[in-house]
Amino acid sequence: MKARVTVYPRREILDPQGKAIRDALSRVGFPDVEDVRAGKSFEIKLSTDDPDRANRELREMCEKLLANTVVEDYSVELLS
Amino acid sequence: MKAGVVVFPGSNCDHDAYHVLKHVVEQDVTFLWHQDEDLQGCDLVVIPGGFSYGDYLRAGAVASLSPVMSAVKRHAEAGGLVLGICNGFQILLEAGLLPGAMRRNQNLRFQCRDVFLRVERNDLPFTRHFEVGQILRMPIAHAEGNYEDSHEKLDRLEAARQVVFRYVAPDGSPAVSGDLGAQWNPNGSARAIAGICNEGGNVLGMMPHPERCSEEILGNTDGLGLFQSLVESGVGVLQ
Repeated sequence: MKARVTVYPRREILDPQGKAIRDALSRVGFPDVEDVRAGKSFEIKLSTDDPDRANRELREMCEKLLANTVVEDYSVELLS
Repeated sequence: MKAGVVVFPGSNCDHDAYHVLKHVVEQDVTFLWHQDEDLQGCDLVVIPGGFSYGDYLRAGAVASLSPVMSAVKRHAEAGGLVLGICNGFQILLEAGLLPGAMRRNQNLRFQCRDVFLRVERNDLPFTRHFEVGQILRMPIAHAEGNYEDSHEKLDRLEAARQVVFRYVAPDGSPAVSGDLGAQWNPNGSARAIAGICNEGGNVLGMMPHPERCSEEILGNTDGLGLFQSLVESGVGVLQ
């Protein structure tokens, strides 16, 4: 089973990278861009086929390592 | 006092910390490997600066899960002294030994320069050689020193007097906002925080490098007081 985990800065926390990217986008001709959050994406291959178990483990991975929940949020998506 | 300096793959200030402890303040000191689970009876554990595990994922994230950190956690819970400098501070945050987290510097640049710090308290084993309000000049060298936490948690940190060092202008003026903030808070850190301790006061994390300014030959000895404080405290523990 494959999954995608996305980790991004929490809304209430200033994201210096996202802000720099937003400014650069508006400089190269995309004035409609209001906000950018720059995060990370992980593609994870699991040996289990049980979606409940996969979901539970992926969330645990985020809490323990993949995200720092003081400043980051995460989402988990099962792909197949 | 016996001190241990932890070595991770990618640590690069481990020898500097070892040198100051061994040759400047003349203490018993040993290196501790990241795979070690035994702290060899050290009174003080130093988590040095560097780029442990290449800063992969987040600065300090992978190092915080290494075997030696379980031993460091037990040492800290038992009241043992732990000092984290730069990447060491980031590791202590990721390990949950100190509250909050680091973000990328606000201006997105690696900052390598001298900064000025105000000592906020001198009743800690790390700061007893300083005066409250004393201004120290120390070098920094980091890209992720922008300390963050929620407003409520920052308020709690302040109320519990856990802010130990704060970035200020050379004359001691606050560098929290405005022009002075932009100039003298090098990374956009919340409330100009440069170093914090845990509630018990036995774990200190700081972004500036006291081990790089503890000898006359380096042109600055403002960091020496921190190591002298530790020597006094460490001896006290042994007695």
